Amino acid sequence: MLISDLFEETYFAITANKARTGLTILGIVIGISSVIAMIAIGQGAQASVASNIQSIGSNLILVSPGFQRGIGQQVSTGRGNATSLKIEDATAIASKVDGVSAVSPELSRRYQLIVGGKNTNTQVVGVTDKYLQVRNVQLDTGSFITTAHLSNNSKVVVLGPTTKTDLFGDSDPIGQSVRINRIEFKVVGVTKAKGGTGFANQDDQVFVPLSAATRFLAGSDNLSNISIQAANPEVMSLVQEQVTAVLLDEHNIIDPADADFNVLNQSDIVAAASSVTGIFTILLASIAGISLLVGGIGIMNMMLTTVTERTREIGLRKAIGGTSRDITLQFLAEAVMLTFLGGIFGILLGWLLAFGVTKFAGIATQISVSSILLACGVSAGIGIVFGFYPARRASRLSPIEALRYE
Amino acid sequence: MIVCKNIKKVYDSGEHETVVLKGISFSIADGEFVAIMGPSGSGKSTLMHIIGALDSPTSGSYFLDGKDVSKLSDNELAEVRKNNIGFVFQAFNLLPRATVVRNVALPLIYSETPKQEREKLAKAALQSAGFDESRYENLSNQLSGGQMQRVAIARALVNNPKLVLADEPTGNLDTTTGKIVLETFAKLNKEGRTIVLITHEPDVAKHAKRVIYIRDGNIIRDEKK
Repeated sequence: MLISDLFEETYFAITANKARTGLTILGIVIGISSVIAMIAIGQGAQASVASNIQSIGSNLILVSPGFQRGIGQQVSTGRGNATSLKIEDATAIASKVDGVSAVSPELSRRYQLIVGGKNTNTQVVGVTDKYLQVRNVQLDTGSFITTAHLSNNSKVVVLGPTTKTDLFGDSDPIGQSVRINRIEFKVVGVTKAKGGTGFANQDDQVFVPLSAATRFLAGSDNLSNISIQAANPEVMSLVQEQVTAVLLDEHNIIDPADADFNVLNQSDIVAAASSVTGIFTILLASIAGISLLVGGIGIMNMMLTTVTERTREIGLRKAIGGTSRDITLQFLAEAVMLTFLGGIFGILLGWLLAFGVTKFAGIATQISVSSILLACGVSAGIGIVFGFYPARRASRLSPIEALRYE
Repeated sequence: MIVCKNIKKVYDSGEHETVVLKGISFSIADGEFVAIMGPSGSGKSTLMHIIGALDSPTSGSYFLDGKDVSKLSDNELAEVRKNNIGFVFQAFNLLPRATVVRNVALPLIYSETPKQEREKLAKAALQSAGFDESRYENLSNQLSGGQMQRVAIARALVNNPKLVLADEPTGNLDTTTGKIVLETFAKLNKEGRTIVLITHEPDVAKHAKRVIYIRDGNIIRDEKK
């Protein structure tokens, strides 16, 4: 039997009863489209969580001061103790740890900011010139904190876009003064909007030189955290270990359990978040998968009915020279054609569903090529699996019995 | 050329055996027009299935054109049916909702005849079967019984088999139409084809040039005109 004949016979067979064919295909369409839509929602969530985490910096390792020890500890260092990290720690990390591309010591406090009649309370971060690189910050206008600002203890400030809008509205703030904690700072730049991170609004903060922050604002050189950028993703855990070792050494702590600081690896955060969204995706897809299974059973049911209805035709085909293989192929091709059509319409519908979810519910979705290929493969596979039994049944019919069938 | 030697067919239902053919021997030469006649239950249908390579005998041998068909596998039997035998059934067995030409060309799918030749072969076969040319594109379920049987005859002829086997071809037709169909067989026989016709009606059998009578699994008479 030629392949083109197989297609032609399949076409005639599935168009013979269009209503039944359509309803059977619908089962597969619903199954495939829900799998596609659910995977799209899951992967969309995963991608948006990952990109949020990435937006705070790439290959980031965060060192923050220690937290309070458990009850029963002899010496409690206090919750969120901010006195354990010094600028010297940052310097030590930069010089002693391999695989570090930049180290950004940071000191952040909340202060009241006043410009003329307007005022706001926001996070003021003392930073060095490395901050830009480590934290993935981009400038909208003006310049960032420079090494000259640092060595001169310059009273300059770079505004986050939200703070800029709060204080200056739409007017250009460059060159204007802002009073932070009653001390006048000159605006030299505005950063670009980054959007929420899930941790804090990165757009509602201002940056001043670290030296100015310690001298004029905080009055101490205790850092609130040190951000470290590793040279590449592969060395991150190595850098994390070295940073811990260097800081333990710097702080003269022997037992790592007594460490007065925490070292957080960004990839750990991403991995934890991805595993949550990954489970979420699998859960959604498996619920959708059940409807696909039901659709497959629908195909099998229709094919079994078809085989019974067309018993005499099968007998005739055998009498005029069709082999068992020809008959198996014909019925298998019908089942695969049904599921394949269902797969194509299902992909379209699934894409529309994902689009609709994004448009009307505002949930990010992402349709991947792999999920489409998976859907195509699965639908054709379902055709083979659920079509095989009916097809075998047809091919095993004795021509004599089949021709006599009433 | 059909040669049957001591053909026996036994159906074994487990508890008891039913002997349907009790050792039948005969031969049919090329170009004969033979009717196999007998009452129902005589074994004539079983014999037809064996001659038509739809079934194998329990014992004995059946040679079709010198080839022993009695011990072939299912696939080999399908091959024999495809190349050597054309079937005409009492119930026509046409594909509904398919055109006359498509019905006739159906066996060509399995013989993998090139597509461009199929329509030509189908139309030639329809002409041999005396089918009205204006109805070639009609759907088979829009035809009358006589027309349907002519389509079925054309389908049996399309692969150009030496042997045409007809099982009660007039059983579903009225006398007048039946007669026309039988005349078609006579015409085909005149053109050199071997025709074997299975029937229980003496009126039908008399159109043949030779009648083999079967009763209870045995040949009781073999008459040539």
